[in-house]
Amino acid sequence: MPDASNGTLNSHVPDGPVQDKWDKHRFEMKLVNPANKRKFNIVVGGTGLAGGSAAASMAELGYNVKSFCIQDSPRRAHSIAAQGGINAAKNYPNDGDSIWRLFYDTVKGGDYRSREANVYRLAQVSNQIIDQCAAQGVPFAREYGGTLSNRSFGGAQVSRTFYCRGQTGQQLLLGAYQALMRQVAIGKVQLFARREMLDLIVVDGVARGIVVRDLVTGKFETHVADAVVMATGGYGNVFYLSTNAKTCNVTASWRCHKRGAYFANPCYTQIHPTCIPQSGDYQSKLTLMSESLRNDGRVWVPKNAKDTRSPKDIPEAERDYYLERRYPSFGNLVPRDVASRAAKERCDSGFGVGAGLAVYLDFRDVIKRDGEEVVRAKYGNLFHMYEKITAENPYKVPMRIYPAVHYTMGGVWVDYNLQSTVPGLFVLGEANFSDHGANRLGASALMQGLADGYFVIPYTIGNHLATTSLPKVSDDHPAVREALENARGRVQQLLDINGTRTADSFHRQLGSIMWDYCGMARNKDGLTNAIGQIQELRQEFWKNLKVVGNGESLNQNLEHAGRVADFMEFGELLVTDARHREESCGGHFREEHQTAENEALRDDENFCYVGAWEFKGVDEESTLHKEELEFKDVKLATRSYK
Amino acid sequence: MSDTLNLTLRVWRQANRDDRGAFHAYRLEGVSTHMSFLEMLDVLNEQLISQGEEPVAFDHDCREGICGACGVMINGQAHGPDHETTTCQLHMRRFRDGDTITIEPWRATSFPVVKDLMVDRSSLDRIIQAGGFVSVNTGNAPDGNAVLVPGADQNKAMDAAACIGCGACVASCQNASAMLFTAAKVTHLAELAQGRAERSQRVLSMVAQMDEESFGGCTNTYECEAACPAGIKVTAITKLNREYLRALVTSDV
Ligand SMILES: Cc1cc2nc3c(=O)[nH]c(=O)nc-3n(C[C@H](O)[C@H](O)[C@H](O)COP(=O)(O)OP(=O)(O)OC[C@H]3O[C@@H](n4cnc5c(N)ncnc54)[C@H](O)[C@@H]3O)c2cc1C
Ligand code: FES
Repeated sequence: MPDASNGTLNSHVPDGPVQDKWDKHRFEMKLVNPANKRKFNIVVGGTGLAGGSAAASMAELGYNVKSFCIQDSPRRAHSIAAQGGINAAKNYPNDGDSIWRLFYDTVKGGDYRSREANVYRLAQVSNQIIDQCAAQGVPFAREYGGTLSNRSFGGAQVSRTFYCRGQTGQQLLLGAYQALMRQVAIGKVQLFARREMLDLIVVDGVARGIVVRDLVTGKFETHVADAVVMATGGYGNVFYLSTNAKTCNVTASWRCHKRGAYFANPCYTQIHPTCIPQSGDYQSKLTLMSESLRNDGRVWVPKNAKDTRSPKDIPEAERDYYLERRYPSFGNLVPRDVASRAAKERCDSGFGVGAGLAVYLDFRDVIKRDGEEVVRAKYGNLFHMYEKITAENPYKVPMRIYPAVHYTMGGVWVDYNLQSTVPGLFVLGEANFSDHGANRLGASALMQGLADGYFVIPYTIGNHLATTSLPKVSDDHPAVREALENARGRVQQLLDINGTRTADSFHRQLGSIMWDYCGMARNKDGLTNAIGQIQELRQEFWKNLKVVGNGESLNQNLEHAGRVADFMEFGELLVTDARHREESCGGHFREEHQTAENEALRDDENFCYVGAWEFKGVDEESTLHKEELEFKDVKLATRSYK
Repeated sequence: MSDTLNLTLRVWRQANRDDRGAFHAYRLEGVSTHMSFLEMLDVLNEQLISQGEEPVAFDHDCREGICGACGVMINGQAHGPDHETTTCQLHMRRFRDGDTITIEPWRATSFPVVKDLMVDRSSLDRIIQAGGFVSVNTGNAPDGNAVLVPGADQNKAMDAAACIGCGACVASCQNASAMLFTAAKVTHLAELAQGRAERSQRVLSMVAQMDEESFGGCTNTYECEAACPAGIKVTAITKLNREYLRALVTSDV
């Protein structure tokens, strides 16, 4: 059980050499006898790669699983949108990859702010993920002879990314979804779609179930269980505009946080360098153009500031391929944080194209070299998507791109077993803070979600069930009633305000505060200012929100209002975390802490820790707990991609 | 061409499954041609909420054409007029100033209306439950390269696997048949060596489930292919028919 009483957090990393830890731990964990597994009930929130794979795998073991999602079908979880690929250390191309190298690249890519033991385990199980998915019928790209193909992604000099055209997330998710449907058919998984988790049930300090609202009928339900697994995704939508799907939210994680689960490193957010720029105030989301495009596309801006010529009229000598210029060894394949900041720097200095907030991603050279057909085979659907949105043909005109909020490395704090500070509550996938430190490398989120769901939780949950006393809890237990009333009360509160402003308009304003002060570059004064603005906005929200319709039927503006209410509280914690972290690392860039060449400047002496916040009340200051990070196998060094 | 449009929207409003439902007309002014169709509906909804009216309910999530959540009939066409384009990817530049746009939910017995433009497509999940998977427990898999899949087979499998499960094929079919949806999954798994062991059982159960859910039969009108935003071809249906016959005549079931 995580022990946080003395202000430091115990991550329960097993001892011994890093490469032996997981094997040793698997041996030492207690097992649940196969015949007893069917006596345990587990609720799983989320059906993305993490939740879907976890629910299916635990059901295969014999546990009774209830699976919940917001969408009308588990197949629509946000993981479906992942485009580029999934990493593994197979070393099929024979180009020097290994588990150690994937481990090393991920720790370095995360700017030395992740837990070594977790990352090593991730690299270790990565190969099994590819095997599992291939066996499920995931149609990974293959060579003519039938062997699996690879491509390169940012932050690595080997080719280790497996992919399904530009739809890798879709295919991996369908693999997990199909495994889940198979368990539904045999009755081991009960499916609850169009349900939103609104509270965690904690009995005698142990997580014992969840409260959900049926989004169609508006009815509240309690689901008591022996363990709770949350895989409810990331919180990028606190910025309003992001590449995330519209229903992505922090609600499930935040409600767990309010019940005692610490929230780690909320300020580590990833801004992805290649997204389609915003086109107007009505914009509802931003669209990613996969990082895989940087394999073949070259990023540039004109050498002359405010050059308004059409790109085809700008001769080679007047183009600044600034990533190739600044980072000759990684070139266009530098990690995302580095590429995003470099784009912002060019645009802030007046070299941006279009309306000024964009750079070119140009495929001219690869089309000349390999032909349009080859490019179409690799990226056809992405080019198609780009043209749909912008009405421009990227085979002819370079894409215009700009960074956008994309992924959140922070999340609910978990130990090596993926257990939060509330015993019995396990958190997987993007919702936890685990493996990516301060910056995630491309193609590593899919890997982590599936590692957590297929290969970690099936083991660690057993240890919890085998070693914890779990007395029977009925639906009328006071703790269950209290959680139910709490969830119901909050929804009623939203309906009762009767003000004049829509949830969407509050959400947009919150998003612009977050982006302006806590986006790609942050400084102390701005962050302090942002905290004040968020507090004011939150007060206005609770006085002036307008929700129409009632709570007893399907009501999307009520659902949205609930999510915005949580973002209003969470946003303040994110900014507070950013203000406390007086260093720059990965996606967290503090203007006060940079090198002469504008690179991030870490402070290992004072900030080499995970910052995990304890909830103390909405208008109270959260308490910081630290998990010190030790680097035994990868030497702490300044990241360089030059 | 002007950058903004004034539109009349005829939108299907239905409070719940049991309500009869009716069209309501709304005026919407100054719609930017750069907006997506769903952003246009967002603007309508903001306007409705400000007036104290309930916003129009519609399913959506990724807004990138991949999750399959969105989907409405636009002037009688599933996902609107653009080829291989979901509702969320359709842009207002496709419409003209002064247009009247009629917006309705998918209409099919197997897709009961939940509210306004939202329908219940859980019947599609149940078709997958009937056999749209490979039975391989976690941990059982051989090395990814142990079973080779020639590039050509992989490509055919991927073409079919691209289905987003939106239901446009059903909505556009006069018989409300789910043949293209089912065929896409059968084809995806039948093209791959990994899926072959269960091919007979799979096709028989999935087709049986399709009938159970009261989807109509396929009479080869090919409206499904025309409406499919993911480019699934009716050759998948030919493949399904072949798989079905094969399963009937072989003795492995
Ligand atoms: C456009 C895009 C492209 C990407 N491309 C890549 C890539 O190429 N490679 C890569 O490695 N990563 C990529 N990523 C990142 C990666 O897709 C995600 O980090 C990952 O899929 C998250 O998976 P998950 O299972 O943790 O959560 P999700 O897939 O987000 O699933 C969350 C689930 O939780 C449910 N849920 C949420 N809240 C609640 C609630 N309150 N109650 C009940 N259920 C709830 C949802 O319904 C859903 O089922 C991409 C991300 C984006 C946005
Ligand atoms: S909203 Fe996902 S496909 Fe349209």
